[in-house]
Amino acid sequence: MMIIDWLSDICLLLGGILTLTGAVGLLRLPDFFTRLHAASVTETLAAMLLIIGIMLDTGLTLDSVKLMLIILIMIIANPTITHALCRAAANGGTTPEVEQPSKSVTQTDLQNSSDNEVKTETEISGKEAK
Amino acid sequence: MIESLQLLIDVSLLAFLVIIVFASIKMTDLFAVTMLFGIFSFVSALLFLDLDAVDVAFTEAAVGAGFTTVLMLSALRLTQPYENVKHRHSLLALFIVTLTGAALFYGIADFPAMGDPNAPVHQHVAPEYIQLTQEKIDIPNVVTAVLASFRGYDTFGETVVIFSAGVAVMLLLGMGQVKHEQEPEENMVLWVVVKPMIPLILIFGLYVQFHGDFGAGGGFQAGVIFASGFILYSLVFGEMYARRVMPAPILPRLAALGVLIYGVTGLISLLFNKPFLDYTALSSNPVSGQHLGILLVEAGVGLAVFSTILLIYYSFSGREVNHNE
Repeated sequence: MMIIDWLSDICLLLGGILTLTGAVGLLRLPDFFTRLHAASVTETLAAMLLIIGIMLDTGLTLDSVKLMLIILIMIIANPTITHALCRAAANGGTTPEVEQPSKSVTQTDLQNSSDNEVKTETEISGKEAK
Repeated sequence: MIESLQLLIDVSLLAFLVIIVFASIKMTDLFAVTMLFGIFSFVSALLFLDLDAVDVAFTEAAVGAGFTTVLMLSALRLTQPYENVKHRHSLLALFIVTLTGAALFYGIADFPAMGDPNAPVHQHVAPEYIQLTQEKIDIPNVVTAVLASFRGYDTFGETVVIFSAGVAVMLLLGMGQVKHEQEPEENMVLWVVVKPMIPLILIFGLYVQFHGDFGAGGGFQAGVIFASGFILYSLVFGEMYARRVMPAPILPRLAALGVLIYGVTGLISLLFNKPFLDYTALSSNPVSGQHLGILLVEAGVGLAVFSTILLIYYSFSGREVNHNE
């Protein structure tokens, strides 16, 4: 019984930490797609861990079966929503603000990386304003 | 400890509501404002959940966050995505808003404390309802008993209001039609995932419909969930297919049928020399009569809500987009 309580606490704590990192990522990451990536961690892994934590706490009842069903639906639905959002953004003309893999990273690129960051930020805000 | 934690949750949720309101006033991107409205509804659903008003939270999440957001997006499609900002500040408006706000704050002083058992609302008819639910209706969910049986008149009124809202939207906008057979963009992942999801949504809607006596739910929530299954189908696979499954001309008739089921249930009790909507007349055993009455009435509500919601969605989404007016 003790071990299950501990496991439940660990799951809840990990879920909380991942939610927090997801929130930080959503605020700090540079472009739409990386932000979406941060959000998707929150809505799959963190939510799953939180629900598993609650399930371990409630024990084997009808409620935990319902929570299990919620996890199942979330595993299927949330990545799909992320995919649909991503696709809609790509179709709408949002491009990733990262360097293309075909372009080789040169010394000057690395030196100008700080300038690039500033530029991407202005580009993003410009796109949002459109 | 637990109480102060709950207070913290309540306060932070309320603070979120205020922040969202200010953000949606300040923003000019209408798409973002629509999303904020959805978030507002979700946060208030959480607040209702925290106040143990599960049925209200359910309705708020289904209608406010789900359906209204879709409706707003459909309306947004017909107009421009940005607000025309007016840089004009009316002093009179500020004065009126400040005055109203001050009056509301003054009114708070007379409010009973939250959860106060001596508050008038808890002393008037609530104890009677709670006691009589056990004796006369014998279902676990007091909310459903109050909604469908004790307050059957009010719920009948609400159903008629929803029906007339649907009729009004239909008269103003028409039922809409899909003229050009526009195929939606091919998206295999979405199709594969949504297809098995829709029957699950419909089954969940039925569960909410018939489980309302025992837990949170009932006709209103079930109608919205059932309609959202069709709306999802329409969004992902294209509206013309959805209209083939559930043609728009049927919907007003279904909505009227829902109201009719409710009304006829009331009339039957009149035939047996009982007051309108007194379900004890429906069976020799008063308690099972109540069960039958609640079942029928909830079915009427569910049908009316489902068809009205879908009808309103069709009216909005079937409009021709015309930006050059």
